[in-house]
Amino acid sequence: MPAIQSPVTDEIHPDVALVERAKRGDTAAFEQLVRQYERQIFRVAQHITQNREDAEDITQDAFLKAYEKLDQFQGNSKFSTWLVRIAVNESLMRLRKRKTSKTVSMDQDVQTEDGSIPRDFAEWRPNPEQIYGQGELGDILRKAIQGLPPGFRTVFTLRDVENLSTEETAEALGLSVPAVKSRLLRARLQLRERLSRHFRQKNGGPKP
Amino acid sequence: MNCTDFLAQLTDYFDGQIDRDLLAQVQAHVRECHHCEVVLDTTRQTISIYREHEIYEFPAELRERLHAAIMKKCRGGR
Repeated sequence: MPAIQSPVTDEIHPDVALVERAKRGDTAAFEQLVRQYERQIFRVAQHITQNREDAEDITQDAFLKAYEKLDQFQGNSKFSTWLVRIAVNESLMRLRKRKTSKTVSMDQDVQTEDGSIPRDFAEWRPNPEQIYGQGELGDILRKAIQGLPPGFRTVFTLRDVENLSTEETAEALGLSVPAVKSRLLRARLQLRERLSRHFRQKNGGPKP
Repeated sequence: MNCTDFLAQLTDYFDGQIDRDLLAQVQAHVRECHHCEVVLDTTRQTISIYREHEIYEFPAELRERLHAAIMKKCRGGR
């Protein structure tokens, strides 16, 4: 059984030295951190906002904010977790702005029991055509994750797409570990139901 | 262990943070309950499929443009 877990290490992270240099005004050191994490921050922002232009703005704003607030980074957490936290906050703020009538927060939609109980018990497996076909799998995966409430989408993104540990996810989101676990379970189960519709139909019957 | 107990252990199971006793109970339940066996298998696939596939592109052109914009803002900012 493969455990889905981030490696734990006690060694000093190489980012620590870069952050120290950047704090003393070494822009090249900060640029190296940007190179290291720009892809991840963009991906997190795009997963949460589901919008490429927003993700571009958020990536820029998140790094600028990190640069300006570098002195406040105490090194109690990993630099990347701190950075992800900034990007998540920017992303949720952007969602709030976009949907002016609706509140968007980590707590939205988590009260409902909807989707926390499995209903679909069909076995499925994406077929090779879906995996290697022209963009079909990407469409299915994007649509499925788009349908999740932002609070669940965010937890799933950090934990399962970005492979942060449960503790790091909790830290980045300002949630307790049990809250992350409960949202993660529901996010995974809801996504499973959504994927089941696609992969079961396709595998089970003739193509439409 | 019933189906509700099984679901309650699912996150710790996937995270490899389940103790040996509970793990044995989960495995025993899955051997007896086909529904939960399917839920376990398809949830595992759901996680790995998102891990293995980049669903949003990040082309080099976009990366360079973003990188330049970030560094321009930072250099001008402090």
